[in-house]
Amino acid sequence: MADERQLSELTADALGALEEQFPGVAQPAERIGLVIEPHQLVDVATFLRDELDFAYLSCVTALDYPEATDNFPARYEAAYNLYRSEGGPLVLHVHADRDDPVIPSLIEIWPSAGVQEREAWDLMGIRFDGHPDLRRILLWEGFEGHPLRKDWHEPYYEEDQKPFRSRFPDGEPVLDEEDTTFGRNLRYPHDWVEDGVLEIPEGWESEAESAVYKPLELVAAAVKEELGTEQVVLNIGPQHPSTHGVLRMVACLDGETVLGLEPVLGYLHRSHEKIGERNLWLGNMPFTDRLDYITSMYNNFGYAVAVEKLMDVDVPERAEYIRVIMGELTRLMNHLVSVGFLCNDLGIYFTAMLYALEEREFVIDLFEMASGSRMMCNYFRFGGVAHDLPDAFMPMARELVFERFPRRIDELETYLLDNEVFQGRTKRIGVLPPEAAVAYGCTGPLLRGSGVPYDVRRAEPYSVYDEFDWDVVVGNNGDVFDRVLVRFGEMRESLRILRQALDRLPEGPIQGGRVRPNTRVPEGEAYGRVEHPKGELGFYLVSDGGTNPFRYHIRTASFVNLGVLGELCRGNKIADVVAILGSIDITLGEVDR
Amino acid sequence: MSSQESQLPKLPPELQDTVHLSVLDQVYNWSRKRSLWPMFFGLACCAIEMIASFDPRFDLARFGMEIMRASPRQADLMIVSGTVTKRMAPQLVRLYNQMAEPKYVIAMGACAISGGPFKEAYNVVSGVDKLVPVDVYVPGCPPRPEGLFNAVFALHKRMDQERIKDLRWYQKGECQGIPVPALGPDLVDYLLTDEDIATDYRPPRLHKTVVAEQEEA
Repeated sequence: MADERQLSELTADALGALEEQFPGVAQPAERIGLVIEPHQLVDVATFLRDELDFAYLSCVTALDYPEATDNFPARYEAAYNLYRSEGGPLVLHVHADRDDPVIPSLIEIWPSAGVQEREAWDLMGIRFDGHPDLRRILLWEGFEGHPLRKDWHEPYYEEDQKPFRSRFPDGEPVLDEEDTTFGRNLRYPHDWVEDGVLEIPEGWESEAESAVYKPLELVAAAVKEELGTEQVVLNIGPQHPSTHGVLRMVACLDGETVLGLEPVLGYLHRSHEKIGERNLWLGNMPFTDRLDYITSMYNNFGYAVAVEKLMDVDVPERAEYIRVIMGELTRLMNHLVSVGFLCNDLGIYFTAMLYALEEREFVIDLFEMASGSRMMCNYFRFGGVAHDLPDAFMPMARELVFERFPRRIDELETYLLDNEVFQGRTKRIGVLPPEAAVAYGCTGPLLRGSGVPYDVRRAEPYSVYDEFDWDVVVGNNGDVFDRVLVRFGEMRESLRILRQALDRLPEGPIQGGRVRPNTRVPEGEAYGRVEHPKGELGFYLVSDGGTNPFRYHIRTASFVNLGVLGELCRGNKIADVVAILGSIDITLGEVDR
Repeated sequence: MSSQESQLPKLPPELQDTVHLSVLDQVYNWSRKRSLWPMFFGLACCAIEMIASFDPRFDLARFGMEIMRASPRQADLMIVSGTVTKRMAPQLVRLYNQMAEPKYVIAMGACAISGGPFKEAYNVVSGVDKLVPVDVYVPGCPPRPEGLFNAVFALHKRMDQERIKDLRWYQKGECQGIPVPALGPDLVDYLLTDEDIATDYRPPRLHKTVVAEQEEA
């Protein structure tokens, strides 16, 4: 039994309620949360959602324990982070057998589990029983192995921990290419290679493409019987100017109406999590920059908040204010760019985007001034920020925040929102009801556009957000237009926070601890989340007390928000699909990780 | 003035105001290099800096590259801006094969050059030159827009040195595309099935390298 003191009040309450309803099903987990027996998981989940109001399933992930821990044997494990409108999280752990890991799927209770369970199956190989469409999501069908398992090694595998001994302290690095069969990042099954030459077995065919169309075949078959019309399957992407990167969508069309649409992901899957488990704790900071590459500062923020939960380090007030200033500048920039890209998709080709990019350059100037880099800032450290603000920062920031940005946002808003064509293309398109938004785990402007006033900065305040006077912006109708309205509103709220933060920025130190490259993080488990401009960005971290994470999972808003795309597009015209996608506002670096 | 141009006959004085003698190659290259049509092909982080280089502050249009085309058939410059994943590799090769000749590739950023910070990842190709021939490499993570400009100038210089008789597009015989890889247990690259190439793998060059030749002369 784990120490009772480790259980938070929320977890203890939930345990009490569960013990009454389902005796013997739940027990305290090793670090935080509860362990649920798999055979009653669905009942427990239904109870938690309906009776205890845990309406929002934020993060589903999988862990691999190759060796027995203090209280439990070697296992695969699924972890669920649940929230109510305030407080949280309640973490559920479900253990699975190492030889045949099967866990019941929770997609019926929280549809947001859909994409995340597919990801866990893809990368960790846990089968979710009852999931209607358990295909690989980031890798392709037919890929050998499940990469996040601890015993799975990539072709360029060198060691479990960085820095690799070949580079430090020995300092004799070898090119990765020199150690691999083909001099490339490739490895094939043994019967495929003969004398260093690839021998493809006869009759081999790639399943990667055919698997993509499977769910649409069902859609087409279901409709065919009713209408007797012919359906067309249309591929959009991965190279398409309106997919915001390398997203691919396959749509099943009846004329111009979308019957079913399925996002195909993984074209930018860079295995952040596998690399992250090898990196030093601080070494992951620059990698978070590259998650959502438009808003690198806020990714830093999320990672710093999550690790500080484990480290228990005090951040000085000046550093917190600088963090908030950087974070809100990022939000402003992201919303500008996202509105610009949306206009691009709607056919206002490049004009609105150039307006947005012009302002973005000024924000980037500020970032460069503070961090030394335009895009990949790598500015946050555990317990503070990397550098203090330079002298030129404040005058320029004040000029922009007090003078220029309010004017330019008003200008852009007047041009766009009063425009009849813009309204015609966005109003009553892609309507997302609030219940569906919560069920699908949507966050950010997508959720608030549907009228749900949920913002992590309010629900679980981090940093110094509770010291400022600001409002959560919500929409009414949940259509594309309302999401744009919410973004404009949030830009104004960001400016409001920025004005207060710039006025009240205190003097003092900017670092609460000592920045060391090989920081050791105390043993523990934490789920740290922040209100990223696109929605909730969460880092699920497990530390074994060493210099690198035992598990490093990133829950990104773009990825989970995409789960609702098919639902939003069904019944709309194909031309509106790009408008809906643009209004969700995704970045592929964050979707595929 | 190129070496070829200096061998041209001198014009009589009365014609010098109205007639200009030049070499066909030079006219061809001069017009070509000022009208590169890049493909609208953003892969990852570098794509944002690529778009930023089209914005009002930097304005790549000053160098004759105003319009980015979404269709590879209308483009002759591929700026590989970001990490090339194995999953993207078949599409990338297919896009390259579809581009209009004579075509050029700029590998923008560390990922496109070698895999960059993500080199060790299981889903990343260690450099786009493992798939298609690359003309200019731009280091940086991501490169600043000025870096991309420098790459474009380097490409202009390179185009200046090309001659019609060397360009693959004007040669006899059919131009073979690069075999498109497939997605199997790992990325199945059909070039590796050839014993000659597999032993010392180099991507095939579709247009001859003329830079080295010129320097020798």
